[in-house]
Amino acid sequence: MFGLNKKDGSLLLLVVALVVFAPFLLNPFPESSGWAQFNAGYPDLMQRFVIFGIFAIGFNILFGLTGYLSFGHAAFLGVGSYAAMWMFKLFGMNVLPALALSVVTSGIFAILIGYVSLRRSGIYFSILTLAFAMMSYSLAYSVLATDMDGPDKQGLLQKGLTGGETGLQLTQSDPRIFGAQTTADGNIPVPSLFGLEMRSATELNVGDWVFTFSAGYYFSAVIMLLAFYLSIRIFRSPFGMVLRSIKSNQQRLNYTGMNPRPYMLAAFVISGMYAGLAGGLMAAMDPLAGPERMFWTASGEVVLMTILGGVGTLIGPVLGAGAIKYMENIISKINSDILHSWFAFLPDGLEDIVVTMIYPFIGKGWHLTLGIIFMLVVIFLPGGLVQGGQKLAAMVRRKKTDDTKTATTEPAE
Amino acid sequence: MGILEVKDVNKRFGGLQALGDVNLSVAENTVHAIIGPNGAGKSTLLNCLVGKLIPDTGSVMFDGQSVLGRTPFEINQMGISRVFQTPEIFGDLTVMENMLIPCFARRDGSFALHGIRSVTSEAELRDQAEQMLEDVNMLDKRNMHSASMSRGDKRRLEMAMCLVQNPKLLLLDEPTAGMARADTNNTIDLLKEIKETRDITIAIIEHDMHVVFSLAERITVLAQGTPLVEDSPENIKGHPKVKEAYLGEAA
Repeated sequence: MFGLNKKDGSLLLLVVALVVFAPFLLNPFPESSGWAQFNAGYPDLMQRFVIFGIFAIGFNILFGLTGYLSFGHAAFLGVGSYAAMWMFKLFGMNVLPALALSVVTSGIFAILIGYVSLRRSGIYFSILTLAFAMMSYSLAYSVLATDMDGPDKQGLLQKGLTGGETGLQLTQSDPRIFGAQTTADGNIPVPSLFGLEMRSATELNVGDWVFTFSAGYYFSAVIMLLAFYLSIRIFRSPFGMVLRSIKSNQQRLNYTGMNPRPYMLAAFVISGMYAGLAGGLMAAMDPLAGPERMFWTASGEVVLMTILGGVGTLIGPVLGAGAIKYMENIISKINSDILHSWFAFLPDGLEDIVVTMIYPFIGKGWHLTLGIIFMLVVIFLPGGLVQGGQKLAAMVRRKKTDDTKTATTEPAE
Repeated sequence: MGILEVKDVNKRFGGLQALGDVNLSVAENTVHAIIGPNGAGKSTLLNCLVGKLIPDTGSVMFDGQSVLGRTPFEINQMGISRVFQTPEIFGDLTVMENMLIPCFARRDGSFALHGIRSVTSEAELRDQAEQMLEDVNMLDKRNMHSASMSRGDKRRLEMAMCLVQNPKLLLLDEPTAGMARADTNNTIDLLKEIKETRDITIAIIEHDMHVVFSLAERITVLAQGTPLVEDSPENIKGHPKVKEAYLGEAA
């Protein structure tokens, strides 16, 4: 199917099904139940799942296949966001040209950064990419945020190219030469796909459940599925095999007549373009781009996502992105009142002790929880969540064969 | 004119003269052995041929072109394949995948964007790779993870990876080091068969005299970075200078 073998084909179908039915799958708890806060089926979070999924899929093409750990991938995310914002400001609110510009701009950035960084390998490569990303951050934060046109002009560059600390925002005075400067009711127009607004959504009420279908989510989801499909094809192509051989033995590759450097650069640029696409989508879902998107913690986050899900696996990065974004948004919402209501059944003194012990791990302390889970995964499941899934599946299978064995042998005894 | 012409090559590492005025000519379609005691400069010479080291002076011509200043992958593309002293293979890849990489390198050159075409659709190259694996008796291991194989198998795989490229010159750096006697004999048979069935020149560095005298048509003896004698195997066997180099003057 689509040039994939049976296993990859069914994986793709599974991901398609999960993505299409995500509004249901992520909303398992009725609105009025106490568990409703664990529902993740709202558009904002689902969009983040798929957008960071794209980011991590791209990162995995570099890190998973070649083993080169880039610590500055957030730079491409930021570049993608700024590029999309400028497309919205100058030309119009259609998301497709904005995404195209995001991908192209981040690709050009990746060629420059990759060309220099790939002269070194190992830790030096990581440090070089980190340095470039932090330089991009400070460019966006201050250098490119100075007033570049006079006060008497229309003010397009009044806050520079990047808008500095407050970020790049849309205004009613943006030219938008192929679109309307303002909507009929005097507001700033929102990103759309040929008129279909990204923030538009329909709700479906079934009993106590509310399912939200958002245009933005489904648009991002389609892009994510295309990106996922492309990554499977890259993994299974001769190009992907050469990338894996770079990770395995670069010396042998050299003496086998292949030049590793352009392969590395191609992988770096592809992965940078994935990041740019994710950045552009972020701007398309919420038209605002700030420099913090390029900060080193954002680069670290995608490393965590990939390792948590499973480095070098096809589906791992998507799972990792989902797991981290879920924790960031759900665990951080739990507060001490909610904890008290959970443990209300305990005697008063004990309740306070339990709540005090758990409290550091929730709310703003969700990073602690993430850290512990990350440590556990790295120590016990070096292959990430994917390895966990495989182990579970193997256990179930073994149990099944054991059952059938006993079932067939017992009558004989 | 041989296919490989080494002229007046000098290489110095600090105070050590690793190679001094080495002249060597390897004739086309012969098996040329380079022997010598430890530290004679055999490996240094080999590294100068494949672009890993650049000689201080002198020239190395292969097939009428200089190899000096070229990178290892460029030299491989000229038609020189090298087997290492310790097997260098792609440990994370399967045996079949290991074989396909050199096939791609030969067909597509040092860099090619293969688009999103699938590896499984490369029927022609897979056939070549399988044929080569069959020649080295490894077809049954094609789906094995190559890192988990025995050292002898890794060596055979590395040899197969070099041979599937159909090189004009095959450089072997102690191909039977650390092998069991049976494996050594298999390797000798394999190399003999290759020599008979293909147009290939083989330069071999070897300590095992059994291997050297079963294969070589020409032998160069290297000692302290300079070629001592170059002759046919029969003449080398009894040569007084060779005995002296290996056993010291007292002998």
